[in-house]
Amino acid sequence: MKKGRTILEKERFSLTLERLCHQLIERYDNFEDTCLVGIQTSGVVMASRIRKGLQEILKIKNIQNGNLDITFYRDDFRIREKPLHPSKTSIDFDLENKKVILVDDVLYTGRTIQAAMSALQDHGRPSQVEMLTLVDRRFNRHLPIRADYVGITVDSIDEAYVQVEWAEEKGEDKVLLFGSKREK
Amino acid sequence: MTGSQLSTKHVLGIKYLTEADIRLIFKTAENFKEVINRPIKKVPSLRDVTVANLFFENSTRTRLSFELAEKRLSADVVNFSASSSSVKKGETLLDTVNNILSMKVDMVVMRHPAPGAAYFLSQHIDANIINAGDGTHEHPTQALLDAYSMQEQVGDLAGKKIAIFGDILHSRVALSNIFCLQKLGAKVRVCGPPTLIPKYIEKLGVSVSYSVAETMAWCDVANLLRIQLERQDIKFFPSIREYAQYFGINQDIIDKTGKKIVIMHPGPINRGVEISSEVADSPGSIILQQVENGVAIRMAILYLLAAKR
Repeated sequence: MKKGRTILEKERFSLTLERLCHQLIERYDNFEDTCLVGIQTSGVVMASRIRKGLQEILKIKNIQNGNLDITFYRDDFRIREKPLHPSKTSIDFDLENKKVILVDDVLYTGRTIQAAMSALQDHGRPSQVEMLTLVDRRFNRHLPIRADYVGITVDSIDEAYVQVEWAEEKGEDKVLLFGSKREK
Repeated sequence: MTGSQLSTKHVLGIKYLTEADIRLIFKTAENFKEVINRPIKKVPSLRDVTVANLFFENSTRTRLSFELAEKRLSADVVNFSASSSSVKKGETLLDTVNNILSMKVDMVVMRHPAPGAAYFLSQHIDANIINAGDGTHEHPTQALLDAYSMQEQVGDLAGKKIAIFGDILHSRVALSNIFCLQKLGAKVRVCGPPTLIPKYIEKLGVSVSYSVAETMAWCDVANLLRIQLERQDIKFFPSIREYAQYFGINQDIIDKTGKKIVIMHPGPINRGVEISSEVADSPGSIILQQVENGVAIRMAILYLLAAKR
């Protein structure tokens, strides 16, 4: 089995996250009426990391953070080989008139985000939705969707596979690029 | 232990489900329970699926519950009841269903007075079939929602003592409950008048008791069943009044055990017959939670069958 190539190692990973935090602060100031929503499952880890970063920089403790599961909103659920397993949605605040920052680790075809946006609607009407991603695979989009805040951009062929590893789960932060999903 | 998908294409009875299937349905139902408690209770999962609800026998709860489950998954729903259909004109079951399937229906939810009707259908047609009760045979979705509700109350069912009271002979809920609870490792006892308990039911691995007080003292959960007068063509007991006196559950019986017992009933309840009003409305009774869980369980089954390739 071939190992993937590391395209973002630990030090640059943390710099990138820090930069994303500062970009958000530039736009949202003290995060009044603003919340982070991580998409299950990896987006949730990223959202809580971003939240931690923001709270450390701003020295505040009350940035709202929710987890969104989009399994029931996917458009490919009946054409997949195996059924998808839902995770938990936990958004214990009202999204009505909030500014929402959707967080996911990799933005690829855009279908996850499309599903996430319809899922969000079922929790209220946000005044605005923005998208933050760690890895933007900009040439592989199926839909007219783009991220507002991007960690790194990866130009790769369709078969390639990008995997984000989080210290919480794998022991070390890094982003790997594989030639195909099978190599993973 | 849960699988990644159901082992069957149909839900015809608990008999045909594995323990892993049951646990997978429960796990998925948990997510749907969160969905149905949101302000907007609908998800688009089954937007390209059409479901036919075929009810050849009366039903309120099950039918509404299925219909709500289907609608909350955004499926298209057609309803059919035998009283207003061509069945009255002499059409066979297979012809009726084939006609409905020609209109491109993907799933069939069926209740039928003949035991085995759902199984028969599954041998002849291509759609996914969910049995919503076939005569005195099985009522799998009810058993699943019962077991799920019990689990919410008392935790994992392995080793738990569950008693089923009432008309065991005519009840499809009883049989499905027995299969389901046993697959989850619970101990099951049935209790009722001797005429309403099938002979040789011990062969299923359940114990039998004719004493309400003794069974109440034994169990953690009591599932009370209705007397199915519509299925009884001879008299199985002298009078409703006498039945209520000997086998009706009232607060006294529960208080005498000195412990907390979860009281369940699949509905419709006959107050003053198998259950007193005081018990039905007591905090120990989870009859209405069962109804809520019913929608989540049925959503989970519809979802998992639609996802199955």
